[in-house]
Amino acid sequence: MSPKIVTKNLNLWYGSFHALKGINSSIEANRITAIIGPSGCGKSTMLRVFNRMNDLIDGVRTEGEVLIDGKNILNSHADLVVLRKKVGMVFQRPNPFPLSIYENIAFGEKIHGEKITRDKLDEIVENSLKGVLLWDKLKDKLNEPALSLSLEQKQRLCIARLIAVKPDVLLMDEPCSTLDPQATARVEELMRELKNRYTIIIVTHNMQQAARVSDDTGFMLLGELIEFGKTEQIFKAPLDKRTEDYITGRYG
Amino acid sequence: MERHVDQELKELKEDILKMGASAEEAIYKSVEALKNRDKEMARGVIDNDSNIDKLELAVDEKCIDLIARYQPMARDLRFIATGMKINAELERIADIAADIAQRTLELVDRPVLKPLIDIPKLTTIAQNMVKMAIDAFVKGDIALAKKVMLSDSEADQLRNVIQEELTEDYMVKDGTTAPRAVQLLLIARFLERICDHTTNIAEDVIYMVEAEVVRHHPEKLKNGK
Repeated sequence: MSPKIVTKNLNLWYGSFHALKGINSSIEANRITAIIGPSGCGKSTMLRVFNRMNDLIDGVRTEGEVLIDGKNILNSHADLVVLRKKVGMVFQRPNPFPLSIYENIAFGEKIHGEKITRDKLDEIVENSLKGVLLWDKLKDKLNEPALSLSLEQKQRLCIARLIAVKPDVLLMDEPCSTLDPQATARVEELMRELKNRYTIIIVTHNMQQAARVSDDTGFMLLGELIEFGKTEQIFKAPLDKRTEDYITGRYG
Repeated sequence: MERHVDQELKELKEDILKMGASAEEAIYKSVEALKNRDKEMARGVIDNDSNIDKLELAVDEKCIDLIARYQPMARDLRFIATGMKINAELERIADIAADIAQRTLELVDRPVLKPLIDIPKLTTIAQNMVKMAIDAFVKGDIALAKKVMLSDSEADQLRNVIQEELTEDYMVKDGTTAPRAVQLLLIARFLERICDHTTNIAEDVIYMVEAEVVRHHPEKLKNGK
């Protein structure tokens, strides 16, 4: 099976700061890939490259190739609306719109979709909420404000909002860092559920989380991808001393 | 950078070293008691086994504590996991030494069967193997661990020589000496078992250092890996 995402000699600069240095990687579909590394190592930047969120920052320059399903998304002709629909992102702090639960999920479809019937929209909302295991809890509260939900439910809602527009890839930037351990465990369970349908890339500071939830792990340091491999290999027997030092708390 | 866990890992290492020294001493004393027909020494080995059992439990608990509190990764994880396994092997070795002491108590009340030559030799091999294996663990020394593994065939050969002699000369030719020959045969078998457990320790050390499983894969050693 060919990889879902491939980066070839990917370099990124914020002004004169070289944030990503010659990154070559290959990310498989239907797996959870974790990117770990100390603060400032470039892991969130790397994540944001995959749906070109960095384009929003002034002075960013990118070189190399990022192929998703074989197509270079860094190409100037790439359609960012299509890209961001295909490659959705979940952030550290859940950020539902100040709208109803229903409207939050219907939002993407309304923006992206052509004329859509109410029945079709209802179906999308139901399926998306089912996908994040919120349907049974929220089906009678769809018109309540999304901001009234618990943190975990908000984060699930944000994931449901992505799923509604039928993406292929889910990018998650520290998606559990504001959640308590139980809520974290439930979101992780959801991730395992979702990987059957999506390619998931998660950036996390929590090494135990990376070890628990991911299939593959990449370790980044100072803008370089130092090591990439099966998660069990990275955490049991990393090949690079810098990886070893980081995951055993010797770095710094 | 010295981490808080480093001090605890050091203590764990010292405890395992202590287990190793105790097991080695038990082997030595069990056979010294046999050579010198020293009942008191034999009883001492048997009595001291409960202390080794206690130390084993303490080491085991420390390993589980470390895993629970630090969630170790990579070489820390391999060190602790290996420490637990080595700890169990050493406890078995000490048990076997107590078994040797038990056979010794059976023998010392009866006339000497024959001068002991090969059993002390086998004891020296077993003791050295334990010493080297523990040393290999403490230093993370792969070459030494491999040397331990190679010594095991020497122990097997010597056990065969002992077995042949005892069977031929003291069981087949003269059935009246068989009960004593059986005891010595058991002791030789016990010593060889100690060497097997020590080989396991050496294999665990290789895993700890190189993250490569050589247990049940003898070809990996022959290939010079």
